[in-house]
Amino acid sequence: MSTLTSERAADTHGIAVQQVVKAFGAGSAAIRALDGVSVDIRQGEFFTLLGPSGCGKTTLLRLIAGFEMPTSGAILLDGADISALPPNRRPVNTVFQSYALFPHLSVAENIGFGLKMMGRSRTEVADRVARMLALIQLEPMASRRITQLSGGQQQRVALARALAPQPKVLLLDEPLSALDAKLRKEMQAELKRLQQETGITFVFVTHDQEEALTMSDRIAVMSAGHIQQVGTPREVYTRPVNRFVASFVGETNFISGEGGADGVRLGNGAVLPVSGAPNGPVTVAIRPEHLMLCASADQGAMAAVVERTVYSGTDTHCHLKLAGGGTLTARLPTLVSGEIGLSVGDKVHVRPTPGAVQLLAD
Amino acid sequence: MAEQRRHFSAADIPGFGLTAMAVFVALYLPIVTLVVYSFNASASVAEWGGLSLDWYRKAAGNAEVLNATANSLIIASLAALFSTTLATLAALGTTRRAPFRGMTAVYAAINQPLMVPEIVTAVALLVVTAALKQATGYTGLGYLVMAHTAFCIPFAYLPIRARLEGMDLSFETAAADLYASDWQVFRHVTLPLLLPGILAGAMLAFVTSLDDVVITEFIKSPGQDTLPTYMLGQLRRAMTPDVNAISSMLMGVTILMLFAFFLLTRKKA
Repeated sequence: MSTLTSERAADTHGIAVQQVVKAFGAGSAAIRALDGVSVDIRQGEFFTLLGPSGCGKTTLLRLIAGFEMPTSGAILLDGADISALPPNRRPVNTVFQSYALFPHLSVAENIGFGLKMMGRSRTEVADRVARMLALIQLEPMASRRITQLSGGQQQRVALARALAPQPKVLLLDEPLSALDAKLRKEMQAELKRLQQETGITFVFVTHDQEEALTMSDRIAVMSAGHIQQVGTPREVYTRPVNRFVASFVGETNFISGEGGADGVRLGNGAVLPVSGAPNGPVTVAIRPEHLMLCASADQGAMAAVVERTVYSGTDTHCHLKLAGGGTLTARLPTLVSGEIGLSVGDKVHVRPTPGAVQLLAD
Repeated sequence: MAEQRRHFSAADIPGFGLTAMAVFVALYLPIVTLVVYSFNASASVAEWGGLSLDWYRKAAGNAEVLNATANSLIIASLAALFSTTLATLAALGTTRRAPFRGMTAVYAAINQPLMVPEIVTAVALLVVTAALKQATGYTGLGYLVMAHTAFCIPFAYLPIRARLEGMDLSFETAAADLYASDWQVFRHVTLPLLLPGILAGAMLAFVTSLDDVVITEFIKSPGQDTLPTYMLGQLRRAMTPDVNAISSMLMGVTILMLFAFFLLTRKKA
């Protein structure tokens, strides 16, 4: 294990999390917040840890920051093991969920805090603070107290404070959760811009799958102390490896059937076209927006009855009851559903769009 | 919903106003009387003879009063300084770490002077200081400073601990994340945020020391009277109105300190 570590370490840039276990409590009462997590985060990427609360994503972030020590395993930064270093000796800064801005210091003093602690000269600190203030467009607020700022402004100061020392890695712990929807959208764009401008590795923790999909270069989907899947937003969304990922990232229909050479045969006789299905019972996932109304003779057509329709602007969600049992949700463009006057009780046929049927591992 | 029911109010109970008045009269009548009589021109404590500052002048010219005032201020300042320092360390030690077994017992132990009757502490200190005086030959104010420091600790400890408990650990975590060493975290984050609590604690300790009679009376050496013990001594002879003047001044200092304490603790919110 240790020889493997050093071999891999030599040419690794970015963060390597290797077989990390973090247990809280002792003995039989111990809870494994992280249960053997390994992941490589590349230098300069926007990497998101996505998962429900309690999945271990914040624990992993705190381990990278140095606020917690791993029970076992190692964390490497640019090939060097940093697992045992205290937070103040890691070139890693954090944007906290609560911001944790120092209430006794001004905006400028907050932003300059890290550099001051590093012992940088007064002029260098002032210079960098001025540039950070320009970056977050809060120059007129330099001498304000933290309590005089709005939530969005505090958010930007927290970001500037963490970026000012030019860390190798910026950790963001659900930093947008306290903002209202409109501001959150603006900050998402701003974060992405800052990440691209600075080229710093961002590790972003969120439980919001939409946020993860829109901002990330790559996403690690976590659940119950394990990483379920690592991939680009497109990979994670279109090719989820298991039922958890498929259901946590976006909405999904799960359909059980019998695998065979021609695809997956459902209980009602319809055959969904999918290659590589093993013989025997399998589960497939189909996104609601990948279902379309069709003629009964089409390949993969499934007969269904409309149970309920939910209008949501551009799209209308149609809850369908399949002939032969089971339910499906189809997200149809309102233009289409409106045109044909779809209403409760209608008998329809739906089929998946080509390539939309995903085989799941479990 | 047309008619909103009036909420219960204690002010509606019959006799509320009268009771409140009686309590305030009992609390403040003696003090007001004392202050008024400290400006009495007459030599009698009971007879009004017109306004005058004579007793203040007399008290200010009395060498014994001045000596007692100096003792009081020296002891209270040093006791406040030492007890606040110790209380700050104790408060950090009991809040800035993981909870441990017996923490409640430690709280109780720190607050011992609040629970043990003062007279018992006084007798105990008398025994110890007598032995120490015999053994070392030192008879200075040090004993009083030490004793006052000890019983002032809980008064300094309580506001400091309250402040620390209300202080989010995330500030210290953030400072450590921003390259601050343990000492820098304390110096640049914990201490400035804690300062109102520390000042409040010091102020309470100062006032507590300034007002102490029992313990001081037991362990003072000759010539070590503080203002309260000097006044007690005066009472045994003939009561003169300069005691009124001294009391009024002492009360003025105490009120000023308590006012400052409230201002400082209010700022927290």
